[in-house]
Amino acid sequence: MTALARTFYPCRLRWLAAGVAWLLTQIAGPTLAADSAERVRFNEQIRPILSDKCFQCHGPDEKTREADLRLDDRAAAVDFGAIAPGMPDDSEILARITTADPDLRMPPASAKKTPLTAAEIELLRRWIAEGAEYEGHWAFLPLRDDPPPAVQDSDWVQNPIDQFVLARLERAGLAPSRPADRATLIRRVYLDLVGLLPEADEVRRFVSDNDPLAYERMVDRLLASPHYGERWGRYWLDQARYADSNGYSIDGEREMWPYRDWVIQALNEDMPFDQFTVEQLAGDLLPEPSKAQLVASGFHRNTLINQEGGTDREQFRVESVMDRVNTTGAVWLGLTIGCAQCHTHKFDPISQREYYRFLAFFNSSADVSNVGPTIEVVRGEMFGVPIQTDPPPLAGEALAKRRAAWEAETRRRLEATLPEASATPAEWKPAEYGEATANDMAAFERQDDNSLLTTDKTPAHATYRIELRTELPQVAAIRLRTLTDKSLPQNGPGRAGNGNFVLTNVRLRQAGVERRIARTWADHEQPGYPIVDVLDNDGKSGWAINVGANSTAKMNAPHEAIFVLDKPAAGDEALELSLEHGLHATYLIGRFAIELSATVPPLPRGDDDLLLAALRTESAQRSDADKARLQAAFERDEPRARPRDKRSDPNVARPMIMNELASPRPTYLLTRGDFTRPDKDSGQLLPGVPQAIAPPLTVDEAAGSNRLDLARWLVDPQNPLTPRVTMNRVWMRYFGRGLVTTEEDFGTQGTPPTHPDLLDWLGGELIRRGWSMKQMHRLIVTSATYRQDSRPRADLQEVDPRNLLLARQERVRLNAEAVRDAALSASGLLSRTLGGPSVRPPQPDGVYAFTQVAKRWNAEQGGDRYRRALYTFFYRSAPYPLFTTFDAPDFQSVCTRRGRSNTPLQSLTLANDAAFLEMAQGLATRLLREQPSDASDPWSERIDRAFVLSLCRQPSEVERSTLRGYVERQLAEFAADSDAADKLLSRELRELATPAEGAALVCLARVVLNTDNFITRE
Amino acid sequence: MISPHERQAAESATRRHFLGQCGLGLGAIALNSLLNADGHAANGVKIDPTEPLAPRQPHFPPRAKQVIYLFMAGGPSQLELFDDKPKLRELNGQTPPKSLLEGKRFAFLKGNETLLGARRKFDRYGECGMSISEMLPHHRQIVDEVCWLRGMTTDVFNHAPAKLFMNTGFQAPGRPGMGAWVTYGLGSPSRDLPGFVVLQSGPRGPRGGASLWSSGFLPTSFQGVPFRGKGDPILHLRSPEGLTRECERDFYDTVAALNRARLDEVGDPEILTRINAYEMAFRMQTSAPELMDLSDESAETLAMYGVQPGQTSFASNCVLARRMVERGVRFVQLYHTNWDSHGGPGENLNDDFEKVCRDVDQASAALVLDLKQRGLLNDTLVVWGGEFGRTPMGENRNTIGRDHHIDAFTLWMAGAGLKSGYIHGETDELGFGAVSGQTHVHDLHATILHLLGFDHEQLTFRFQGRDYRLTDVHGHVVQEILA
Repeated sequence: MTALARTFYPCRLRWLAAGVAWLLTQIAGPTLAADSAERVRFNEQIRPILSDKCFQCHGPDEKTREADLRLDDRAAAVDFGAIAPGMPDDSEILARITTADPDLRMPPASAKKTPLTAAEIELLRRWIAEGAEYEGHWAFLPLRDDPPPAVQDSDWVQNPIDQFVLARLERAGLAPSRPADRATLIRRVYLDLVGLLPEADEVRRFVSDNDPLAYERMVDRLLASPHYGERWGRYWLDQARYADSNGYSIDGEREMWPYRDWVIQALNEDMPFDQFTVEQLAGDLLPEPSKAQLVASGFHRNTLINQEGGTDREQFRVESVMDRVNTTGAVWLGLTIGCAQCHTHKFDPISQREYYRFLAFFNSSADVSNVGPTIEVVRGEMFGVPIQTDPPPLAGEALAKRRAAWEAETRRRLEATLPEASATPAEWKPAEYGEATANDMAAFERQDDNSLLTTDKTPAHATYRIELRTELPQVAAIRLRTLTDKSLPQNGPGRAGNGNFVLTNVRLRQAGVERRIARTWADHEQPGYPIVDVLDNDGKSGWAINVGANSTAKMNAPHEAIFVLDKPAAGDEALELSLEHGLHATYLIGRFAIELSATVPPLPRGDDDLLLAALRTESAQRSDADKARLQAAFERDEPRARPRDKRSDPNVARPMIMNELASPRPTYLLTRGDFTRPDKDSGQLLPGVPQAIAPPLTVDEAAGSNRLDLARWLVDPQNPLTPRVTMNRVWMRYFGRGLVTTEEDFGTQGTPPTHPDLLDWLGGELIRRGWSMKQMHRLIVTSATYRQDSRPRADLQEVDPRNLLLARQERVRLNAEAVRDAALSASGLLSRTLGGPSVRPPQPDGVYAFTQVAKRWNAEQGGDRYRRALYTFFYRSAPYPLFTTFDAPDFQSVCTRRGRSNTPLQSLTLANDAAFLEMAQGLATRLLREQPSDASDPWSERIDRAFVLSLCRQPSEVERSTLRGYVERQLAEFAADSDAADKLLSRELRELATPAEGAALVCLARVVLNTDNFITRE
Repeated sequence: MISPHERQAAESATRRHFLGQCGLGLGAIALNSLLNADGHAANGVKIDPTEPLAPRQPHFPPRAKQVIYLFMAGGPSQLELFDDKPKLRELNGQTPPKSLLEGKRFAFLKGNETLLGARRKFDRYGECGMSISEMLPHHRQIVDEVCWLRGMTTDVFNHAPAKLFMNTGFQAPGRPGMGAWVTYGLGSPSRDLPGFVVLQSGPRGPRGGASLWSSGFLPTSFQGVPFRGKGDPILHLRSPEGLTRECERDFYDTVAALNRARLDEVGDPEILTRINAYEMAFRMQTSAPELMDLSDESAETLAMYGVQPGQTSFASNCVLARRMVERGVRFVQLYHTNWDSHGGPGENLNDDFEKVCRDVDQASAALVLDLKQRGLLNDTLVVWGGEFGRTPMGENRNTIGRDHHIDAFTLWMAGAGLKSGYIHGETDELGFGAVSGQTHVHDLHATILHLLGFDHEQLTFRFQGRDYRLTDVHGHVVQEILA
C-alpha cells in the first residue's frame, strides 16, 4: 500500500441494528401486535423478526446461506415459495415456523435461537395476508406524514410530541414520570437553552409563580436571549470543527472568529435552517453575496492546514477536500460517506464513483498552499454593529496632551499593581569587535554607531562568529540589538524579503570553552519563535520577529535580546559569540550591535514590567525598543493614536472564505483513495449526489452543478435525511440520546429510530414551520415529555433500562463549556460580552511541555478573563486543559456527538484549577455582598444562598448539616492559621471578611462547585 | 513493591468494597443501566462505567501485561546505529541505482543526492551477533535480551502524520493511540495512577502533540495523561495554597457526603462513578508525587541509568517508567526528541547525533536490565523505535545528513513473550528496503496486541457506523518473533 491510501475501510460489522430493533419489539412487543387496525409495517415489525431469526442462514451472505433460500429479498423468497403474498396458508415460511415436528421446525435447534412467539407469528401471518410488501431502508424513505396518535391520558399532553411518546408508553403499559419540580426545571431549561444558570431572584420568582404560563414565558425569554446563540452555536461549531489554529505539528494561529460570530448571530436571529445551510456551504456562490454570506462560507475552511516542512501540498489539499465531503455527509445526511473513499460502501448504497462525484463539488475551491482567500471583517460586524475601528486620529497638541496624560495614568496604574523590581538597571557598554565572520568569511561592514552591517555576499545560511573584547572587569550579560538599515529589505532588521530573520542558535565560547547562557529575553517575539529557542540546540527552531495579524508590535523596527551567562566571564579574555541562522535561506540578521554588562540586568518579567521601566525612563533617555513599546501600548489603549492600518488592530480579522476557481479542477476516482493514483481511464467525474437519496439532483448539463446546487439539494423538502438528522441531533441535546441512538449513522448499520413516527413528524414540522429552529426548540422544551422528572424508576429498570421509551428525563453531565459557564454564572464573574476574537483565561503552566512549538498564553487581566468558554482560544495541538478533560473533541474532524466521561482528572480540575478557585472566590464574595444585613444565622443563610446560586434549589437537611459541620471545622482550622487562610483570599475578600471567615467561605463555595449535582443537568 | 498477586487481591477487594458500600441494589442498577449506555459498549469491550479502568481479561492468556514504549521522535538513523552496510560505504558519493528510486517519494530530497556511507564503526555483539555501532555502547549489554526488527516499514514520510500512524494506525489525527486501545482492552491494575501515562524529554515536544496519545473516539478515561518533569506532574494536581492535607481530606469527604445525599435523593448510579473519581483524585495527589520522587532509588540504580540528580532527562524518565510499571500503570510512553538528522544546525549527523545517542543509550539498556533483575521483564514489553528511518542517500544542508525513509528501519522490543537475542529481518545491501522479515506498522500493532492477549481483529470499537481497530483492516502477527 502506498503512503496515502488512508482512513476508512469498514471492517467486520455486526447486525447491531437489527439487535436494537429486536430489543424494541421486546419492550412493546405484544401490544404492537394487538394494534390490529393498522397495516403491518415491514421495517418496524417484520424486518427485526426476519433479521433476528432467519437471516443468519437465509440472508444476504452467500457463504452461510442454507437451502439456497434468502428471505431478505422479496422476489427470491416468493420464487422459492417461502412467501406467497396474500396467502399465509400457502407460505412455507409459516408452515415451517409453526410445525410441531422438531426436525422441520424453524429456526432449527442448531441455530440456538428462541422460537418465534405467538404474537410474532401472528404479525407475519397478517403481513403476508396484506401482501407481504417489503420496504427499503427506513432512512431513505420519504418522511411519513402520520397524524399524532390518540392517547388515553390526554390531560398529560402539552403538544403533539407528547402524543407520540405517550402512545408508545401506553402500548408498553408504562406511565410517564411526574413533572420535574420547578427548581429542577428552571435550571434544566436555562442550561439547555442558554448554557448559563439563572440568578437567585429569577429562581425565586419562577418557583413561586403560580401562573400556568410562567414556564412558557421563561422559554420565550430565553430563546430571545443572545446567549441562546452562544449555547447552540457551540454545538454547531463542533460539527464545523472550528478551531483557532491550523493543526498538525506547527499549529499556527488563524483568525476564524468572525465565522463563529456569524453562527451565533444566525441562530439568534433564527435564520431558517435551509438558508443557514446554503450560506455555509455555498455563500460565496450566491448572487452578489453579502460579506456575512462570504464569512459563512468559511464553514469548510475550518479544515486543518499542515505547515510542516517537506510536505506535498496536493496531498494535504486532497485531505482537506475529503474532510469537506465526509463532514457534509455526517452533518446533513448522517451517513458515513467516507466509507466509500477507498471502495464502494459495504452496507449503504454509495458507490466509490458516487463518492468522487460528491467530492467534485468541493474540488474546485481556490487554495494557495492550502490556505483559502480571506476577507477583512471588523469586530461586531457579523452582529450588524461594527465597532468604530477608524476613529479620527489625534494630531499635534491634542495628541501630545493625550499622550502625557496616558503616560501618567499608566505609570500610576502599574506602580499600584506590579510588585517592585529589586535590582538596579544594567549599564550596557558597547563591545569591541575582533574578528567578525559569516561562515568563516569576512562579511560585515562596520558602522559608525558600532554596529555591523551584512552585505549581499553574506551566505544564505550563515553562522556569524564575532570576537568580543571589553574593558569591563567581567561580562555577566550580553545584549544583541538588531537594527534597521536602508540597505535591507523593508529596512530590515533581517535580510529576508519582509525584513525578518530567524536566529536559530546562540553559543558563547571563551578560550575554546563553551560558556553556558542561563537565561534569555527579547523585547518582541514572533508567535511560535520565542527567544528561548536559540538555546535549545535545535537548528529548526529559533527567534524571529514577524507580527501576528492582530499585533500592535512592529517587525521592521529595532529589537533586542539579552543573554545572561550562567556565571560571569572574565573581562580580560576575548569571548566568541556564534549567531546561527539554520532555518530558511536569507533569514539572517541584517544589521546588529553587541553590548555587554558587568552586572546581571533585571530581566523584565512581563510586558507590564517593561512598560513601567520605560515609563520611568526620561523620554530623552529611552531606547528605541522602549519607544516602540510605549507607542504600541499607547495605540492599544488609544485607538485615535493608531495609524490607519487596520491589520494591526485586534478587532480586525481576516478569516478564510470559500472561493471557486474560474475553471474547475478535473476530478477522477482515486484508486484506494490515493491521490497519486487517479483513475483517468474511467474518465473525469462531474459533480453528483448518491442516487439512493431522493430527490434526484437536476443538473444544468451545460453549466454543470456546483456547491450551491448541492446545498439546495440538501435542504430540498423531498430530501428525507436532512430534516431527520437535524431534528434527531436537536433531540439528542435535550434527552442525552437521539431517537436514532446512532445519530452519526442513518445507514443500514445504524440503529433504527425508537419513535419513527415522532422523528418524521419533527422533521416534517421543521419544514412546515419554515425551517425555524427556535420554534422547534420551543416545541420540544414545552412538551410534557421534556418536563418530566429525571430520576431512574424502579419499574423501568427491567423493561426499559436505557430509557428508550422516554418514560422519564435523563440526568446529563454538562459539556466542557457549560461546566465553565455555569461556574462563571454562579460566581457572578461572568462577562456577557458577545462574540469577537478568542481570549485566554488563566491556564496552568506546562500545557506546552508536550508540543513541538510552544504557544503564547498571557492570561487576560480584564473582563475577558471571565468570558464564556466558547471564546477560549483553541489550539488543536494543545487545547485548553479543561476542554480535553471534559470530553471536548480536538476539532481535527467533524464531531456530531461528544463522549461523556467521568474521570479523576475532572475532579482535579474542578478542585484545583486556578480558574475554578477564582470562581469559588467570586461565589464567596457574592455570598458576603448579597447577604441580608439582618441575617440572624449568617452561615445558614450563606449555605442556602450558595445552593440557590449554584444548584437553583434549597439544600436538604442532610446537605445543610453536612456543610455546616464542614464550615465550622474550616473556621476553626483557619482561625488557628490565618496565614494559610490568607492564601485562599482574593483582594476583595480580604477587604470584606476576616481571613478565617473568608477562607471558610471559599471552601464552602469550592465544595458546592465540586458536587456532582453542579455539573449535572437533572 | 506490590507483587502481581497482591495487586490482584487488592483489585478484587476494591471491587467488593465498592459494591458492598454502595449496596448491591444500586450497584446492580449501575451495571444494568450503564453497561448498555450509548457509546457502543454493546459490541466492543464491556466496560464497567463506575470503574472504567477496572482490570479486564483479554481474549486469551497474555504474555505481556504492561508496556513501556520508548518513542524515538524524529526517526533515528538505522544506518548509523543498527544496520551496517559496507556496500553503502563502498559506494559513498555515488548516484543511487535508478531502479531503487522509482516511484519513491521523499520529504526533502531533490533527486540529485548521492549515497552516504555511515562513518560510524560497527561490530557484532552477543550470541546473536547483532551489529551495533559505536554510538550505542550500552546497547552491547542487551543484544541478547532484545528482539531486533530490522525490516520495519511504514506508509508515511512526514513527522506528524507518521507519528500518528505509528501510534494510532491512521495518519490523520482523531483516532485512539495504542496506549488508549490497550487500556480500553485491559483496564489498568493501578488504583492510584492513570492507566496510560506519557513522559517527554529532549529539546521540545513531539510533532503531533496530544493527538498522539489521544483516546480518539474511545472514552476519555483511556486517554494518555502527560506527566511533566518539572512542577506538578499532572495539571491541577496540587491543592490550592493554604489547604493542608487534613483540610483536603475534609473537603473530599464533604463532597462525597453531598454526592451521597444526592444519590439517595435521585438514585442515579452515575453519581457513584463521580464519588469514585474524586476518591482516586485524592489518592493521586499523594501517589503521583511519591512516584516522581526518586530519592528512594539507590545510588547504584541511578548510576546504572545515568540519572543526574535533580535533572529531568530521558534517563530519569526511564526510572519513572519502571516505577510506574511497578505501581501497575498499564501503558507508559516516553517521547525523546530530536532524532531528525537532516544535517542542518542542531540536527547534524555529527555531534548533534552523538548527543541524542548519549541521551538514550545508557538508560534504554539500563531499563531492560533493571526490569530483568527485578523480575518485571517477564510481564513487561519494552518497545524502542521511531516513526520512520533515514535514507541511504545523504541530504545536503549545512552538513550532510539523511532524509526520512519509510521502506526500512530498525526497532527493537524486549520482554514478555518475545524471543530474546533474535534478529528478525534483513535489508538489501544498500539499506533501501527489507529483503526478509519485512514488518509493517500494522504488523507491529497486531503483534503487540497479540502479546497482550488480544486478537487484533476482535479488539474493536464501534464509531460512526463501523467497528474500528488499531490495525484498521490490516496487520499480521509476526509469529517468528514469539517465544
